[in-house]
Amino acid sequence: MSDATLSGATAPATAAKPVAFRGGGFAPRPHRWVGFVVFVVLILIAEWGTRAGWISALTLPKPSDVLATFGELYQSGMLFKHLGPSLARLFVGALFGVTVGVSVGVLIGLFSYVRAGAVPLVAALFPIPKIALLPLFVIWFGIGEGSKYALIAFGTFTPTVVATYGAVDNVDRTLIRMGQSFGLSWWSIVRKIVLPGAMPGILSGLRISLAIAIILLVAAEMLGAEYGIGAYILQAGSLYDLERLFAGVVILSVLGVVVSALIGLIERRVLGWRT
Amino acid sequence: MDIRLDGISHSYDGVAVMNDITLDIPAGRIVCIVGPSGCGKSTLLRFIGGLERPGQGRISQIGEPPEGCLNPLTYIFQDFALLPWRTVEGNISLVLEDHGIKGARAREIIGDVLARTKLTDFAKALPKQLSGGMKQRVAIARALAVNPAVMLMDEPLSALDSQTRELLMDDLISLWSRQPFTAVYVTHNLNEAVRLGHQIVVLSRRPGRIQEVVTIDKPLDQRQFGDPDLDEKQKYLWQLMRDEARAADAELINV
Repeated sequence: MSDATLSGATAPATAAKPVAFRGGGFAPRPHRWVGFVVFVVLILIAEWGTRAGWISALTLPKPSDVLATFGELYQSGMLFKHLGPSLARLFVGALFGVTVGVSVGVLIGLFSYVRAGAVPLVAALFPIPKIALLPLFVIWFGIGEGSKYALIAFGTFTPTVVATYGAVDNVDRTLIRMGQSFGLSWWSIVRKIVLPGAMPGILSGLRISLAIAIILLVAAEMLGAEYGIGAYILQAGSLYDLERLFAGVVILSVLGVVVSALIGLIERRVLGWRT
Repeated sequence: MDIRLDGISHSYDGVAVMNDITLDIPAGRIVCIVGPSGCGKSTLLRFIGGLERPGQGRISQIGEPPEGCLNPLTYIFQDFALLPWRTVEGNISLVLEDHGIKGARAREIIGDVLARTKLTDFAKALPKQLSGGMKQRVAIARALAVNPAVMLMDEPLSALDSQTRELLMDDLISLWSRQPFTAVYVTHNLNEAVRLGHQIVVLSRRPGRIQEVVTIDKPLDQRQFGDPDLDEKQKYLWQLMRDEARAADAELINV
């Protein structure tokens, strides 16, 4: 090895080659417009295909027709009649599920006995398809709003718990030792060190929980809902009215993007301290 | 306030890490503890501050902490242990809040300790904006804010580069010269030990015992970088430790 470099160094500088660059990469950077372009290109292809006829009307509705349906929905005022109850269900259910989930997650993170008791329980609840429990919730909480709140709350609860106790586990122990060494009370340590330290993990868990909440919204509106985005989609689906089906699906997608953007906004404000 | 360690022994899972350590830490002096890695010097410091309990032996404080002392035994950690979500002044205010010190009184204390550590201009900065040396200055300011009787310093300069380390040593010396404090200073760096220690306790490798206590009489503010007397002491300490350090290095880690 050293021989090789030596002879290389003493050899006359015949061919000076530039050192090939092989670093870089593995560092994602934000390119906001790319996501937008992907959307636009896909929609344009669909529009072109449906107009040209190589995508049949039964396979995919024309994007322009979906837009027109959406316009109708907006103009007739039905959009908000559907959106209002859905957002209320989403808000109440997710608020309840996330609040209880964060509380239970913090308790699991802090107390060994709660952890020993609750972790297997959460593991047992997590894989249950919550949709399967809808009839049960209807019996327990009634066919009205109660069962819908319960379904969404239950669906957001389990992922929130798992994310939260993982986040609490990941709080830097040296910071907790520091708190103890300065004689901080237990409650101060939890409030000023553990909770802020767990916040990044809790918020990224929230992204998943809220996406699940939107999925469950449709399921919750399968039974006993006259209005709501989910009800609208299911109604359109059973009539094979693809334009309306897609209009509803687009609303859900937009809802997902909005929720994700909101969490991103909160992250930027609350987690500005991260390096 | 003095600290007395009386026959401290300890083992983790049946492996003895410390054997019969008896030591007095007199008020107003800096006692350095040096030793090969794994000799239990950081553990010993955690015992002194009550963050861990020794298997055997007793640690007592003799005399009352001075008036206005909020937290008699106060640590300075190797990795600074600053809350990244709080500003410099927020980090200092953290340790005052639990003593009910808020508002104007807190601002007065924070202003004073920031001035003493030359951090006044950085009061609103977040830890991520600060260099390692600055972060450790904040940690020192935080420790000063509770007016400790004994400072327990766990390798406080080990995470810093050698130039920053020199600067902080000078800062510590000038802090001590202005107002002598009691400190237990754990380090593996013999240069820091001879620059800052009135007494240097040399521990053997695991299980840690006191091998020798070296006293340096030269006043702290006369100890300069490259002082021949100190170099002599440092050489002597290294001789004491070299074989132990080599043996400790070749050991398997199972604690």
